[in-house]
Amino acid sequence: MSSLNSPDTTARPPARRGPRKWLARLEGPQTMGHGPAFWAAAVLVILAAAAYPQFANDFTVGNVAYFMVWTFMAMGLGVVWGYGGALSFGQTAFFGLAGYGYGVVSINIGSAFGLTWLALVLAVALGGAFALLIGYFMFYGRIKGVFIGIVTLSVTLVLETFMAQTAGPQWRIGDARLNGFNGMSGMPPLTVPWPGGDILLYSGTALYYVLLAMVVLVYLGLRMLLNAPFGNVLVAIRENPERTEMLGYDIRFYQMLAFGLGGALAGLSGALYTAWGQYITPSSMGLTAAALPIVWVAVGGRRDITATLLGSLLVIAGFQSLTIYGSQYALVVMGGLLVFTVLVTPDGLVATAMDRIGRLSRKMRR
Amino acid sequence: MTRILEVSKLNKSFGGVTVAREIDFTLETGAMHCLIGPNGAGKSSFFRLLLGEHAPDSGTITFCGEDITTLRSFQRIRRGISVKFQVPGIFKALSVRQNLEVAFQHHLHGASLGDTVRRVLEFTNLTGAVTTPAGELSHGQQQWLEIGMAVGVEPKLLLLDEPTAGMSPDETRKTGDMLHDLNGRGITILAVEHDMAFVQQIAHSVTVLHMGAIFAEGSIAEMTAHPGVQEIYLGAADD
Repeated sequence: MSSLNSPDTTARPPARRGPRKWLARLEGPQTMGHGPAFWAAAVLVILAAAAYPQFANDFTVGNVAYFMVWTFMAMGLGVVWGYGGALSFGQTAFFGLAGYGYGVVSINIGSAFGLTWLALVLAVALGGAFALLIGYFMFYGRIKGVFIGIVTLSVTLVLETFMAQTAGPQWRIGDARLNGFNGMSGMPPLTVPWPGGDILLYSGTALYYVLLAMVVLVYLGLRMLLNAPFGNVLVAIRENPERTEMLGYDIRFYQMLAFGLGGALAGLSGALYTAWGQYITPSSMGLTAAALPIVWVAVGGRRDITATLLGSLLVIAGFQSLTIYGSQYALVVMGGLLVFTVLVTPDGLVATAMDRIGRLSRKMRR
Repeated sequence: MTRILEVSKLNKSFGGVTVAREIDFTLETGAMHCLIGPNGAGKSSFFRLLLGEHAPDSGTITFCGEDITTLRSFQRIRRGISVKFQVPGIFKALSVRQNLEVAFQHHLHGASLGDTVRRVLEFTNLTGAVTTPAGELSHGQQQWLEIGMAVGVEPKLLLLDEPTAGMSPDETRKTGDMLHDLNGRGITILAVEHDMAFVQQIAHSVTVLHMGAIFAEGSIAEMTAHPGVQEIYLGAADD
């Protein structure tokens, strides 16, 4: 029997293996930007970001570091919603849980020998594991569409309500008091063991560089993952879940994994936020907090990880600038921005701009 | 010949509506068989029962000697059943190549994936549209793309739900040739079809469904001459 799948006898380049295969996946069908021009621009942006602290004061650099803290949650939501098609309204549940997790672990084990990094890893694992658990019940329970948003919003609001009533002295884990609505404080910042005294990463330039490195690594890692078979299947599920299952994929498993990844990334933001401010409150899991990541990702562009990252940074920076003049005003602007995006550029402002630039450059090359 | 599919006493109702009634059905390996019947006869529901999208109320489905009645859809696909839906089930935002890569990548990688994509592109006459978003293809090309996706998973049994719906006569003829080619490669084919000319082009035998039950089975000549079959297509059998 001849088959469509029989081996091809024509000469072809050898398939890439190992690390080279993964590096090749930095470019692919699921991510915008490819070729020397894109990567040259990316390197320039990273170099400019690396040079930025030399030209700005510590306070401003600390603010930008604070913006970067949130980008992990945004990129995670981009994976879950933009690529996987599941609109999660509750990424803040994993953010808050990991934030409290970092606080509890770091208060109990201390900051000597760089143990705060262990607290960070455990907190991220906690956020990811909780997301896998919620994802298991949602996707294996065949919950889909708008109901995913309802379930995830409920989860984050329940967690907020629960943490808000933990004011009594009985609500403690080891030395860590949960402290109810007032929030938990007193946890150490991230530390780097150093001869002559640990380096504290709680503000300013050192934290900025650590976060910049983490943003770049997570961004590149996600590009490789999204251009790998996993990312292709995720996009296929978004486009047509029935067809994807009828190609032999257990779509529930892929959706759960993506949700777990999104939860871990939200957890990374939560743990870093807590380490940055040495403070976490239940309101970090409230309705307003839960809505903001959706605005960042929608405005930036949910279906491309570069647009999500750049758009989130821009919107967060804009939001922070506006809050100087009053937080309610800033929230109204965020709402207006979301409505504008949905009506005028449903693929996101940054994604649309990137697409236009790409088309223009192709036209000019021709 | 061995039996690739055996369905025994299959029943399914939704509320008061019975879509499968005591269905006993067998399919020989290598067959090209068509299911026909008037609208609402239960043809698509029968496919959905075979695919595991609906769980039967009672009865069993045996595929290649294995009872698959309780398996989930993706598990049935992995055992060698594939499907082309009535409305093209393609990924419209992805290019033709990406559609095929997603379809094949769980069992093919690297160069062999690229080779198979190329072969299926040639087979489905889509080589010139490799980078075109699937949603921009003509209706007939979308149907062929989905057939390509369905055969790329190396099925033993291919289910086709009205594969020529909306096609021009020329596209319909090409689709028939395509299915004969696939059958020649060893794929058993079971198709739901309304177009009797197409049924005559492809099928060795025909089963007529009516009101969720098997009404008649036999060769195309027997079925077209069957007075009862003519009546149900005209609606007289309900009287």
